[in-house]
Parts: sequence; structure tokens; C-alpha cells
Amino acid sequence: MSVPDGWLAYGDEQQERVGFFTDTSVCIGCKACEVACKEWNLVPEDGLVFTGESYDNTSTLGANSWRHVAFIEQEKPLRLDDEDGEPLRWLMSSDVCKHCTHAACLDVCPTGSLFRTEFGTVVVQEDICNGCGYCVPACPFGVLDKRHIPSLPATTTRVSGSEPQASERPDGRVWKCTLCYDRLKGGHEPACAKACPTDSIQFGPLDELRARADARLEKLQQENWNGVQLYGRDPDDGVGGFGAFFLLLDEPEVYGLPPDPVVTTRDLPGLWAQTALAAGAVVLGVVASFLGGRR
Amino acid sequence: MPGLGTSFGRGGATDYQQDLQNSDVITIMGSNMAENHPVGFQWVMEARERGARVFHIDPRFTRTSAMATDYIRIRAGSDIAFLGGVVNYILQNDLWFEEYVKRYTNAPVIIDERFQDTEDLDGLFSGWDPEKRAYSIESWSYKGMAVHGSGGETEQGFRTKGEQSGHGGHGGGLHHGEPPEEDETLQHRNCVFQILKRHYQRYTPELVAETCGCSVEQFVDYCEAITQSSGRERTGAFCYAVGWTQHTVGVQYIRTAAIIQQLLGNMGRPGGGILALRGHASIQGSTDIPTLFNILPGYLPMPRAEYYGNFDNFMKANISPTGWWGHFKAYWVSLMKAYFGENATEENEWLFEKLPRVDDDNSVYWTTQQMLDGKVKGYLLAGENPAVGNTNSKAHRLALAKLDWLVVRDVVEIESAAFWYDSPEIASGELKTQEIPTEIFFLPAATHTEKDGSFTNTQRLLQWHFAAVEPKQDCRSDLWFYFHLGRLIKQKLADSQEPRDELIKALRWEYPTHSAIQEPDAEAVLAEVSGWEVPTGKFLSAYKELKEDGSTVCGCWIYCGAHADGINQTARRKPHWEQSYVAPEWAWAWPANRRLLYNRASADPDGKPWSERKKFVWWDAEQGKWTGLDTPDFEETKPPDYVPPDGAEAEDAIAGDHPFIMQADGRSWLFVPQGLEDGPLPSHYEPHESPFDNPLYSQRSNPVRLAPERPENRFNDDRYPYVATTYRLTEHHTAGGMSRTVPYLSELQPAMFVEVDPELARLEGLEHGGWATISTARTSIEARVMVTDRLKPIAVEGRKTHQVGLPYHWGSRGLTTGAAANDLAPIALDPNVHIQEVKAFTCAIRPGRRRR
Amino acid sequence: MSDSYYGRPVIKEPTWTWEIPIYLFTGGLGGGSAVLSAAARLAGNERLAKTSLYLGAAGDVVSAPLLIADLGRPERFLNMLRVFKVTSPMSVGSWVLFVSGGASSTAAVLETLDRLRPVKYLAELVSALFGGPLATYTGALLANTSVPVWHEGRHELPWLFGASGTATAGAAAALLLPPEEAGPARRLAIGCAAAELAAMEVMQHRVGRLLAEPYRKGLSGQLTRASKLCVAAGAGLLAWKGRQSRSAAVGGSTLVLAGEMLLRWGVFKAGFASARDPKYTVLPQRQRRDSNR
Ligand SMILES: Nc1nc2c(c(=O)[nH]1)N[C@H]1C(S)=C(S)[C@@H](COP(=O)(O)OP(=O)(O)OC[C@H]3O[C@@H](n4cnc5c(=O)[nH]c(N)nc54)[C@H](O)[C@@H]3O)O[C@H]1N2
Ligand SMILES: Nc1nc2c(c(=O)[nH]1)N[C@H]1C(S)=C(S)[C@@H](COP(=O)(O)OP(=O)(O)OC[C@H]3O[C@@H](n4cnc5c(=O)[nH]c(N)nc54)[C@H](O)[C@@H]3O)O[C@H]1N2
Ligand code: SF4
Ligand code: SF4
Ligand code: SF4
Ligand code: SF4
Ligand code: SF4
Ligand SMILES: [Mo]
Repeated sequence: MSVPDGWLAYGDEQQERVGFFTDTSVCIGCKACEVACKEWNLVPEDGLVFTGESYDNTSTLGANSWRHVAFIEQEKPLRLDDEDGEPLRWLMSSDVCKHCTHAACLDVCPTGSLFRTEFGTVVVQEDICNGCGYCVPACPFGVLDKRHIPSLPATTTRVSGSEPQASERPDGRVWKCTLCYDRLKGGHEPACAKACPTDSIQFGPLDELRARADARLEKLQQENWNGVQLYGRDPDDGVGGFGAFFLLLDEPEVYGLPPDPVVTTRDLPGLWAQTALAAGAVVLGVVASFLGGRR
Repeated sequence: MPGLGTSFGRGGATDYQQDLQNSDVITIMGSNMAENHPVGFQWVMEARERGARVFHIDPRFTRTSAMATDYIRIRAGSDIAFLGGVVNYILQNDLWFEEYVKRYTNAPVIIDERFQDTEDLDGLFSGWDPEKRAYSIESWSYKGMAVHGSGGETEQGFRTKGEQSGHGGHGGGLHHGEPPEEDETLQHRNCVFQILKRHYQRYTPELVAETCGCSVEQFVDYCEAITQSSGRERTGAFCYAVGWTQHTVGVQYIRTAAIIQQLLGNMGRPGGGILALRGHASIQGSTDIPTLFNILPGYLPMPRAEYYGNFDNFMKANISPTGWWGHFKAYWVSLMKAYFGENATEENEWLFEKLPRVDDDNSVYWTTQQMLDGKVKGYLLAGENPAVGNTNSKAHRLALAKLDWLVVRDVVEIESAAFWYDSPEIASGELKTQEIPTEIFFLPAATHTEKDGSFTNTQRLLQWHFAAVEPKQDCRSDLWFYFHLGRLIKQKLADSQEPRDELIKALRWEYPTHSAIQEPDAEAVLAEVSGWEVPTGKFLSAYKELKEDGSTVCGCWIYCGAHADGINQTARRKPHWEQSYVAPEWAWAWPANRRLLYNRASADPDGKPWSERKKFVWWDAEQGKWTGLDTPDFEETKPPDYVPPDGAEAEDAIAGDHPFIMQADGRSWLFVPQGLEDGPLPSHYEPHESPFDNPLYSQRSNPVRLAPERPENRFNDDRYPYVATTYRLTEHHTAGGMSRTVPYLSELQPAMFVEVDPELARLEGLEHGGWATISTARTSIEARVMVTDRLKPIAVEGRKTHQVGLPYHWGSRGLTTGAAANDLAPIALDPNVHIQEVKAFTCAIRPGRRRR
Repeated sequence: MSDSYYGRPVIKEPTWTWEIPIYLFTGGLGGGSAVLSAAARLAGNERLAKTSLYLGAAGDVVSAPLLIADLGRPERFLNMLRVFKVTSPMSVGSWVLFVSGGASSTAAVLETLDRLRPVKYLAELVSALFGGPLATYTGALLANTSVPVWHEGRHELPWLFGASGTATAGAAAALLLPPEEAGPARRLAIGCAAAELAAMEVMQHRVGRLLAEPYRKGLSGQLTRASKLCVAAGAGLLAWKGRQSRSAAVGGSTLVLAGEMLLRWGVFKAGFASARDPKYTVLPQRQRRDSNR
């Protein structure tokens, strides 16, 4: 079933489900999307760190980066039939929250801060989030994170493994792409898509985008593009399809994306069953311990 | 840009970026378009999606290369060899567009017998004067015709130069607008076509590969691709920017492309042309209404001091008998009326005698040297940051430190304003704050979001922007500054009897102001630039309406019509989906709202489209006029079979099948008889600093280049073995004042780095992510090391070398700081436009931070 | 490098800090003790009942501030009770802790005051009913994430934490009570310690070689090994001498408690380690994808 959880509840107010098709075959890595997102959403700058990882100094999605453009330098031809051409290619891809049909973050949020909008998107309500952090490891794509401002010193970024110190978290809430909920309400396209000069980020009704993506895939396959594939387009995948899906030119993991993401709550019924059994076992165990008398 | 101006008649991009979607093959060379013109680049992507091949030819594999269908790596500074090879390939294989070349270019014209080529003189053209290090150009002219310069300079031995020649060859003396001698069969030994053929015959694919470091296969594949996209049915376009211009032979790079585009018949046609991708938001505007010392608005020449003749002589020297420059006087008088209003009259010769005169070079690098020599006392810097952005920026900082006073108008306190306490020289002790005499005034400028005004963008499009907010505190727009400065000066001089003040007193200096800060009305300025009729006040709609009798006012004749009907035409914003793809109702393009220049050439000599597919502007015989998708770049009712009558003047002397109406002979110029300092045809020269000899001539580098050697500007020897090139990153802007101060941009590229190939890294022990010190004879800088496969060693003349890439955005101020790449680069300039060679010089590199 | 993006993690490590593993321990103590106390009450072992009641209440009472302290916005802790979501073990857990903690502390207060006995019994009953879930839901809490070792250990984690919590409850009571009163508690500690060790073995085996790595290597590996050692030694000591010797009982119980605390830290840290290294996310998923292709 690929109807977003909670979306149907809107009844009359329900809007067409919208999302993104990010076609990385035309992404020029200009990062206009990153900047436009920050400008529009007042997302803070979070550190001047030279990574040396090609032209990517943003590194990852997080509380302060709702769009992230990945840069991958590869010794692979762009097209399969291109033996004599330049053996080098430079893949660029703008990542974002996937607005999953079955969104783990939303499922696990204990406060209801994360909710499904009438557009079928997934949004954090900043006035409700209490920073419990549960959504952070729940997301199969590592999209969400807690905001720490002032930012951690470069040497202790979260990726390096150390846990944040209590004194470094004056904001403490989690943040992520809202698919520009405010702009959607005003009838505008999201800031990142608006800024994208090459239409690598295409915004629109999801059904339309899927059709467009299928045509695009076919074209690029005919043109022999190396590694071309759609990622997250399939409504039958582990998260019920992405609201923001991609055309990639290599395996997802190359871009830092999980190859076969699954919404963690898919396994929750079984997990609850185990938990209930174990809870029962606790009682049984305790009762059993009384069998041997008082001493 | 004289490269384009001398070839086609106007110095601007010949095309508009949207038109790239119609190209069948696109060559991006000397530009990193995806990174530096990302919005325009969408049309390259569109063309690629429609099946066009996109070539990126660049020393570095960039974001543009990544998007291209084909990438060819060449050595920085070797483009003329490459493009000359293409010309040779076209000619040797008879792949030129015959009808186009014969009818629309000067291929059949016979050149003076005295002309000698670089092939004959081992790298020099005839007319070389070793004393003056300059050419005298008589022998380059059309046979049987005296060179007719412009700018009142003929008599004095001067000639059209620099940006001015960037705007039209104002050659003269043509009968019927036709050169005296031609050979329609192109067989005459001294016709342009044959000269061209001989000139490039040694530029073989093998020589190209040897010189440029690409492979013969890549080169031939490229030649095949672009020649296959030529002819009636297909077109190809070139895009270039400063990867071409910033060389000591920069102008000739563009000339070579111009020759190719003429031979392939790509000019004036949809999907064709040469896109000069310009820089700053309004850099095109700043040459149209210039901030340059030697021209006035609309590329009118600044009178020179050497000229003491009267107004009539000045006019005579500048009015081209044929072509649109025939109305020079109307343009001139209208400008003077805009400046001086009622004070400029026929009787006082429009105040000509009072105008200031140019008496020397006065360009920026010349001025820097004068500063170093203590000859310049005061300096006003507005909207530029030479302490970072100018080549040999260290010399520039040292120069600023010799001034008595310096005024900086900028939106932030840039390095050029802070050098006295924050610069590498202060850090090293070379300069001491206490010892710098310069008194510095920093005047905060309003940004573009805080003021109304227009930008003239890369495709000659004037686009209006409205102030979003009022400037804060003391920040003021430049318009405010100059208006009130002028007002105060006029007030002060109101009672002056000094003759030198007469001109200022005569200035018409009235503009309505608004709001509490008394901001001048920018639209009133645009209205004056566009012009009106004096008696009726009626707004002009085209430069054809300009008069020589003082009855019209026009601040810049090529902008005439930007305020037609009293409407701000530049503010038009009709979306493209409500009009044709050419979008003529989006803003306003000069001249006359034309988007595609020379578009008469999109029709064949008979005025019919070359093909249905490439239909654009054509002759409608029934209506008796030119029509199509754009404003025709031709007199609307001049039929294709029009032959100029005897004694015809100005545009009337241009035949109905000659599309290049700014040229005196109505044709594009394969061979440029006048307007260029360094030759009528491009020849390959090595950069001023190069690890290689010139494989073609014993004359190694451009003989006319300007390279002043002095203690602050020493040149490299062979201890500096690598080729360095400087460039931009999408994430930053030029000298950084507008990007290193912005957190959202600074975090995207937070450190100055140097790009090296893995082999060089091994060779010199450079560690990815570590530090390196890069040195030249000027100085040393440090940068983080970026080892990348995007750079590769390059084999030239059987020898391997490495190219080192340096973004030039960093300086000592702002959120992200770092060394300025320009500290390394020499002052070595193109002779035509005095542009600095920062795209190819030599350097050494070693691991570790800079030692102090 | 085609396995990941510059070796960067695919998913985010949890943001949770030191409060959480301690809470896992105190929550387990609270849950297990509530059940133990009620069972002792039914069995007529009043001293054990009382001790465990207090232990349970103490466990619950410190749990709440620990959890609140870990919040990014502690002042908004009440938002936890805005909704009840079965899809969120944290929501369920919050309610469970709220109810069971409320009940156990009410019961404990009434016990000290010796007042309102029927209310106290009701509170004890409620707390006991919620004790099991309180001890085990934390397994679900961790397993219901994308953290590879947690999610893939979902079949065992509730059991592991249930066993650990009950062992903790048993050991804590056995620590405080004289051996003659502590038989059930001691046996509970021994039995559940054994069960916990077994669950750990099963889990490590079932998640496969790769995902078991964090339990073997690095800090989480050390913690896990130390935990096993302590638990095994403590349970062994309790079984061997705990019945006779008070000091052995104290020693054994302490070791078990320490071991259970280490277990929570080990599991906690293993989760971080597996989130941090992209191979734990990518390789199993790739296998799954390729076998489906
Ligand atoms: N984001 C961004 N955009 C900008 C600017 C900016 O600073 N940032 N600046 C604006 C300005 S002022 C300008 S002028 C334009 C400039 O735009 P570009 O000309 O595109 O700018 P560059 O990056 O300086 O140089 C372009 C390319 O020339 C290559 N190159 C160097 N030497 C040679 C050579 O000998 N031959 C060839 N074929 N290529 C060579 C370099 O490797 C580089 O990729 O960009 C404008 N747009
Ligand atoms: N090595 C190397 N050097 C180069 C180049 C290269 O490729 N390599 N490229 C060259 C090129 S093409 C260029 S264009 C130059 C650029 O060099 P510069 O023009 O010196 O550099 P910018 O940083 O663009 O300087 C523009 C300044 O104008 C200020 N400003 C912005 N808006 C306004 C305004 O409205 N009013 C006023 N008064 N100020 C304003 C900005 O804050 C900024 O400091 O660099 C040149 N130097
Ligand atoms: S990608 Fe992550 S954050 Fe976005 S909706 Fe899916 S689970 Fe939530
Ligand atoms: S951190 Fe905020 S959004 Fe995330 S689960 Fe907790 S309350 Fe919900
Ligand atoms: S949709 Fe809006 S919030 Fe999301 S990435 Fe784009 S700009 Fe940012
Ligand atoms: S704005 Fe578009 S082209 Fe630029 S980096 Fe983002 S997705 Fe790519
Ligand atoms: S910065 Fe402005 S001028 Fe440059 S590409 Fe972007 S939109 Fe165009
Ligand atoms: Mo520029």
C-alpha cells in the first residue's frame, strides 16, 4: 500500500500528494538549492570545515543542512559505449528528506511533533518537538538531526563519533526539510526547486513525477548512460516509495544512500509481540523464582 | 570585446543564452559555464537533452566538463593552436559553408601586397617596429584603400583601440560600401581566403596534439563534430569567458573562434554565434556606459590630448562614410545634449573644446605603476577590490600604501580598505601600519537590493531591479553618491570664473529625488540614457531617430529606446510561456531590443531562411520588409537585392545581402585590417611565462604584450616548472567581498586550496588535505592541498608537465580567509584591452605552510 | 570507495547521551522490582515485597528525570503525553513509565505512611502489571530504529532487556536483604542472568558475523565482554555461596548489577558503532537488495 500514513485523514482538506524528482543527470553541483533552502528557512550556517571531499564541504544532511549536494569523482565513463572518451566522471546529486510514504520518523515521534501534511509530506512542528531524538536514528536515511548551536568544534563533529556535550545544545530540537510547507500553503514551489537552474530538482504531483521519471530513465538507458537507475520511485519498496525520489547514475550507496531502506516500524508488530511475550516471561520468571522457598 | 567587435561590428555577445537550446553542437572553451553562469547553463543542458554534443575544452575537468558530452583536456594558454588547427582542418577538407563565406565575410577581399604573414616572418607580421614594440598597420589593409581609423586619430597616427574597437570596425573609404578589389572565386593569392589558408596550414592535428596536450583522435573527433553541424540545416555555438580573455593574446583567442564561426556560417543564426559570457552582474553595462578611461557611452572615443584640431576635424575623423557609424555626429551631439542640455549648442560646438582629453595610457595597471612611483596621490575605489582581484595583488597593496588618500566605496570593508592593518605584508613586517601615509575614507555603499537600477547582463539585456529595502544607516547607492557629489561640486563652483570649471558649471545636473535620504530617481536617469526629442519632449524609440542638430538628447545611443514611449522597457517581465521562445518582451536588449545580432545572416543572400529548421529572420517580399522572430538586425525595408547607388553614405552604402551592418563593408571580417594591436590574424604564442617554446615560431610570446618588469613585478625563470591557472568556484564571487562575508557561501567553500594531480602530489610530496606553498618570482602563498584526478599531467612537445589550479577568491578578510592567488600572478597584459594574464603563468610548489 | 560516501555514515547515530543507558538500567530495575514485589506480596514475603517496592519506586523515580534531562527541550517533557502512539515505543514507554512510576511511587509512599491500604494494593497491582512492559519495552525502543545492530536484534532485545531488568531487580533485592529472606530474589538474579547471557548469545549469533562485530570489537565490545564476565561471575557466586554467605551475596549481587549496567552500556554503544560505520547499514541491505533483484 503506498498511501502515506495519516494523509487520508484530511478528508476534504486533502491535497494532491506532491514531492520531488531529483534528476542527478542534470545536476551541475551549483548548490543553489542548499543556499536557497537556508535562506528561505533561516537555517543557520554550521561551521567552516574544509573536508577535502571533492567540492563537498556540507558532508551530510542534518539539522542545519536540509539539502546536501554530494560530489563523487570516479574513474568511470559517463556512457557505456564511450570507450575512448574521458574516463572520468563527476557525479553530483542533491539529497533531501525523502518524505517517505511510510515514514519512520513520523511513526516513532512520541509527541506528535512530526506529522503528515495535507500534501502528503512529513513535517516537524518546531513548537512541539521536545528533542527526544527518537526520530533521529529511526530515519533510514539519516536525514534528521538535533540542532546544536553554537556548532560543535570541527574536530568533534558528530560524524567523528563523539556524543555531543550537554552544554552544546541550546536549541535541542530536530530539524529537517519541510518541503517548504509554508510555501506550499501559499501556492509556491519549494525554494530549492525554484532555485535549481537546470531543473535537476523537479517539484510537482508525485504521480506526474513518476511518469516523467520513467520516461527519463528509458531515454537515458537508450543513450547508454552508465549505471542509470531510479531510486525510491517504487511504491512497493521498504518505505512505500519516496515522496522525494531520485534518478541516480550509480548504486545508491555510492551517494551515501541506503541500498534497500525499510521503515523500521514495518517490523513493529512482531517486535511488540516479542516484547509482550518477554513481559509475560518476566512475570513467569518472577513467579518461578518463588518456587524454591524463602531462603 | 575587440575580438568580436573587429570581426562582426559589435563588442557584445552575438547571441542570447536561451538560444543555445537550438544549437546542434556547443563548444565551451575558456569558460567554466556550469560553475560561473549556472543559470544560463540550463540552456546548454537543454541542447544536450535535444541531442547536441557539448564539448568542454579546458585544462581542468570541472563541473562543466562533468555535464558535457565530451571533455578535451588542453594545456592552459594553447587555445590558438587548437582553434587554428580547427581552421586548418576546415579549409584543408573543404568543409566551409561556401555561400555564406563568399557572400557574408571578407574572404574574397584582396589585401595589400605589402602584407607579410607570421609564416613569412617567423612569428611577426609586416609592419613590426622593434623600437616601439608595436606594429604599423598600413600593410594589413584592403588593397587600394587607406586605413580609416576613428577617434580623430588618423592624422595623429593613432587608431581605434581597445574597447572602442570592440565596437565596430569604423573603416572607411569604401566605394558602394564594397572593398576595391575582390576575387569571388577566392583563388587570388592575396585574397583573405588564401592568406588564411596559408596562415594555418602548419596547424595540423599532430601539431595541435603536440602543443595542446590532447590526442589527435580527440581533436579530429571535435573537428568532425563541429563541421558536421554546419551548413543550411545545422548550427553550432561557442561560449567563452575569461579562460580566453585573460591571456597576453586573449583578444586573438576570440578572433580565432570568430574565424571558425564565419567559415562554418554560424553567425547571426539560431543556435549559432559566440557567447561572450560576461562577469559581474552589469559588466556589459560598464563598458556600454563605460567606467573605462578611453571611451564615452556607446563606444564613442574620448578625445585625446594630442588632438588640437577643431570639432569638424574630430567629426571628420570619426564619421565612417559607410555603415551605421556614418551617424557618428548624431550620437555625439545627442550625448553632449544629455550632458550639458541647453548649454551645448551648435555655436559652441557642443562644448567640444572644453572636454577633458586623454593624454596617456591611464588604464588600471598603468596607474598602479604610477602609484608605486609615487606619481599618483589620491585614488577613488568603487566596487572593486584590487588588493585581491588584480593580478600581482601584492604590488597593488604596496601601491595603495604609497597614496596620500584613498576613498573606498564598498558594501563591506574589503582588503583594499583594510590593507594598512590586515594584509600579508603587515603580517610579515614588510609594511608597518605606522609608516603608511595613506589616509583612508571608507564610504559604505548600498547593495543592489537597496536601490533601483538596471543591470546589463551578458546578453546585452537591460534588466531593471527594484529596491527591496532602504539602505541602512550611512549606506548609500552609487547613484546617490555621484549625484550629490556632483551637486555639491557645482554648488561650490557656482561663482567660479576659472575656465577649467566651465564644463562642470555647464553640466545639466537635475534629477528628481525621493524619500528621506533624497535618493535620485533611477528611472529618470534611464530616461535620459534612452533619450527624447528636445522640442516635444517625446521619448525616442530607436537610434535611427537621433539628430545631429541638437534636437535630440540621448545618453547612450545604443541604449536608445530603453525608455521608449516613456515606459521603462527594461522592467518588462512577460513570462516566456506567454510569448515566443525568443521572449522579446522580457526586459530590453541593446541595440533596438535585438536578441540575436546580425540576424540578417539567418537568411540566405536572397532573404530566404537557409532552412526551415533554422528559420529566424527573413525577407517578406509581399509586405516588402524583413520579418521573423526577432527585431531584424537590418534596415526593415531594405530588400535583399539592394545595391547601393553611387555616393551612398552611412547605412545606405550597405548592400541588401551584407548582414554585418556595423562594419563599413557590411561583412564579417575573417581578416582584420585594423582595430587590433597584435595582428590581423591570430597566431599561436606562448604565454608570457611558459615552460615551453613556441613550436611554430621563434617569436615565443605575443610581441606586443605589455609586461613591465620592475622590482614588484619580477618574472619567473625555469625554477618554476609548472603551469598555474586561476579560476572561480560557484560558491564564491570574484575577490570575495560579496561571498566570503556571507556565511551560507563561506561554509560551502571554507578554505583556499590548490588543485594538483596525483602524480604531482607524489612527485612533490603533497598530502591531500594538508598544506602546500606555491611560489613565483613575485611571492609565495599557502593553500590546502586538493589532490584530484580531475587534473592530469599533460604531455607537450614530448615533455610532461603538470598544471596547478588556484581559485582566486580568498583574501585576509571575511568569514573564511586565505591567501590571494593573485599575489602570485604577474602583470603581463594583452595589448588591446590591457587584460591581465592570470590564466597561464608558471609556479613552483612544495609541501608545508608558507615560511615567514 | 564505492561502498559508501567518503566513509560517512548512512544513518544518523542517536543523539542520546549518558542518561539513556542509565535509564535502561533503572527502568529495568523499576519494572522487574514491581513484579517481584507484587509476587512477594502474594507469596507473603513481606520484607522482600517492601524492599522491591522501594527499589522499584526508586528505579522509576530516577528514570523520569534521566529521560527529561536527555531531552533537547526538557521543559517540554509533558509533550510526551500529548498523544499515545503504538507505532512509537517511546510514546508507549512514556505512558508505561508514567503509569507504572506513578503507581509504584504512590504505593511506596503509602507503604511508608502505612495508610490507605486498599489504594496501595491497587497501586501495587497496577505497577506490577506495567512492570513487565516497563522492563521489556526498552528493547523495542532500541530495536524500532534503523540502527543496524538494534534493528536486526529485534527478536532478542526485548528478551535480553527483560531478562536483564529482572536480573537487576533480583540482584538489587538480594543485595539489600539477608540471604534467608532473599531466596526468590537470588534465584531470580541467577536465572535471569543466565537467560540474559543466553539471549545475548542467540542475538549475536542470529544477527550474523558482521553485525555481531560491534559486540566484539571496540569500546562496545569491551563493555559487552566485561558485562558478560561480571554477570557470569556474579550469578556463579550467588549460586555457589549466595545462600550461605551474606558477603558472597553482596559480592555476587553487586557483580550482577554491575554486569547488567555494563550490558546496557554495551548495547547502547554497539548501536552507535553500527550507525557510525556505513558498512553495517550498506552490506546487509545490499545483500537483501541483490537477492531480491
Ligand atoms: N559563481 C561565480 N560566478 C561568476 C563569478 C564568480 O566569481 N563566481 N565571476 C563572474 C565574472 S566577473 C566572470 S568574468 C565570469 C568568468 O567566468 P569563467 O571564465 O567561466 O571563469 P574562470 O573560472 O575564471 O575561468 C574559466 C575556465 O577557464 C579555464 N582556463 C584557464 N586557462 C585556460 C586556457 O588557456 N584555455 C582554456 N580553454 N581554458 C582555460 C579554467 O580552468 C576555468 O575552468 O564569471 C562570472 N560568474
Ligand atoms: N587571478 C585571477 N584574477 C582575476 C580573475 C581571474 O580569473 N583570475 N578575474 C578577473 C575578473 S574577470 C574580474 S571581473 C575581477 C573582479 O575583481 P574585483 O572587481 O576587484 O572584485 P569584486 O570582489 O567583484 O569587487 C567588487 C566589489 O564591489 C562591491 N560592491 C557590490 N555592490 C556594490 C555597489 O552597488 N556599489 C559599490 N560601490 N560597491 C559594490 C563588492 O562588495 C566588492 O567588494 O577579478 C579579476 N582578477
Ligand atoms: S526520509 Fe527520514 S526524515 Fe524524511 S520522511 Fe523518511 S524517515 Fe522521515
Ligand atoms: S525529536 Fe522531536 S520530532 Fe523527533 S521524535 Fe522527538 S519529539 Fe518527535
Ligand atoms: S523543500 Fe524547502 S525545506 Fe525542503 S530542502 Fe527544499 S527548500 Fe529546503
Ligand atoms: S540547485 Fe540543482 S543543479 Fe544546483 S546543485 Fe542543487 S540540484 Fe544540482
Ligand atoms: S548569480 Fe545571478 S547572474 Fe549569476 S548565474 Fe546566478 S542568477 Fe545568473
Ligand atoms: Mo569578470
